[in-house]
Amino acid sequence: MALTHQDVLHIARLARLRVSAEEAETAQTQLNSIFGLIEQMQAINTQDIEPMSHALDVAQRLREDKVTESDQRNKFQTIAPAVENGLYLVPKVIE
Amino acid sequence: MINSSLKALSAMLADKKISAVELAAQYLDRIDALNPRLNAFITVDREKTLAEARTADTRRAAGEDSNMLGIPIAHKDIFCTDGWLTTCGSKMLGNFVAPYDATVISKFKQAGMVSLGKTNMDEFAMGSSNETSYFGAVKNPWDEKAVPGGSSGGSAAAVAARLAPAATGTDTGGSIRQPAALCGISGLKPTYGICSRYGMIAFASSLDQAGPMAPSSEDCALLMNVMAGFDARDSTSLEREKEDYTRDLEKPLAGLKIGLPKEFFAEGLSAEVAQKIDGAIAECKKLGAQMVEVSLPNMGLSVPVYYVLAPAEASSNLSRFDGVRYGHRTAEYRDLLDMYEKTRAEGFGAEVKRRIMIGTYVLSHGYYDAYYLQAQKIRRLIAADFAAAFKQCDVILGPTSPTPAFNAGEKASDPVAMYLSDIYTIAVNLAGLPGMSIPCGFSNDGRPIGVQLIGDLFSEARLLNAAHQYQLNTDWHTRIPEGLK
Repeated sequence: MALTHQDVLHIARLARLRVSAEEAETAQTQLNSIFGLIEQMQAINTQDIEPMSHALDVAQRLREDKVTESDQRNKFQTIAPAVENGLYLVPKVIE
Repeated sequence: MINSSLKALSAMLADKKISAVELAAQYLDRIDALNPRLNAFITVDREKTLAEARTADTRRAAGEDSNMLGIPIAHKDIFCTDGWLTTCGSKMLGNFVAPYDATVISKFKQAGMVSLGKTNMDEFAMGSSNETSYFGAVKNPWDEKAVPGGSSGGSAAAVAARLAPAATGTDTGGSIRQPAALCGISGLKPTYGICSRYGMIAFASSLDQAGPMAPSSEDCALLMNVMAGFDARDSTSLEREKEDYTRDLEKPLAGLKIGLPKEFFAEGLSAEVAQKIDGAIAECKKLGAQMVEVSLPNMGLSVPVYYVLAPAEASSNLSRFDGVRYGHRTAEYRDLLDMYEKTRAEGFGAEVKRRIMIGTYVLSHGYYDAYYLQAQKIRRLIAADFAAAFKQCDVILGPTSPTPAFNAGEKASDPVAMYLSDIYTIAVNLAGLPGMSIPCGFSNDGRPIGVQLIGDLFSEARLLNAAHQYQLNTDWHTRIPEGLK
């Protein structure tokens, strides 16, 4: 398997990363060399092996569905790039 | 003074031989003098530090005498620290003043420890040399041409140069142990789930774990007593009884069964490192430990598995950096998509983008089974190898890093070569086990070498015990670079 230039542009788009043609070229070479390393996995027979998603097989804790945090909107919005009337500003999404 | 253990500093503070303010000022002066050369800190704030030290002195005057009260510590810039710039080594968070404390930070504050500042690191903890930091590379205090390791390279360099008596680090694939080895200090990565991840900027959530970095294992044990413990705010934090991590330090090594995995001593290990590890083995034997050969047959696959799982988790975790709620936002944009793409292209460095792209690809439609699922299955095989090995031994010993510190720039343009420098540490994270690196000698050109100890789940006290007994009989951990004394 080798990633093409088009694959790299597609991945960058999915990842919301703007890449120049030159950056895509470097990325293509480097990603292909990394996937060369990753391909070693394909030689292993893992039939009947349960995937391990977590270091310790413990269930996630649940808690009661009630409010436990206080409202700190003003504090949190002081570090936002753009806010108005307590709302985060973004470019228009819906006409 | 600058080479005092935490225990000694604690006694001096308790006996009122020095105040917390005087102690903090001494370290701040040292940081002022040496940090321009080493670049170990991203943020130093004398006023904030001295205010924390005054609080510690006030608490002591009011009768409090907890053992860490007034002792300074440096924090990796991955931990959110209320009111402090918290960059994670990235331009993306170059203006991010954290609005809350990570749980680990709160615990150190409650214990009365004084923050000396925020240490440099590879961007978003992705790197093994500290060269990916937006704020410039860190220099190794033992040889400024060499890298300090990564990603907790700033913390390791700060402790090695005694700019701080202790520091926090995080370890996703070796980021505490490898820089500890390359800088000649001690560092512990605890069992996954022992230290809270709340407020620790996420890289790969199923692997990330915070731990202590300090000159000695005794220091690390004292720091673990502060930083470990259940936290309801971390959904994978473990509910366990409180432990005293110093409880077994004084136990003799006699009778301890040490496993030597043959895969750790195979091709790829430099002769210089092999020789120093043999020296450490001989020392442990002299102290009465017994060596057994063990095998971790799937260890060679840990690097490929890690470079699927960690980027997959990272690509998801780092999607939160979108220029909307905090951090960098690009100056000009046409629409929302344009804003996201330009913000992220400007905010992230090359290595972070590379890993986001790997992760995005392995999770994308049609490739999930071949990469992500296959990696998770091999992860189970790797964990099973360790479980089998621990039926034959109490702890596993081997090198931390295949070579001593390499030169800056040497591997910077070859990601695969860089990734392979974590070959002995990554498997430990995949299995969730505790691991430690302690200094065991120097290369011919004077660069430190570390030996790694790996334990079964929750065996931190045993690792610290073995490391402490070794350190009672060796003095590698007390050495300071010539010219920085």
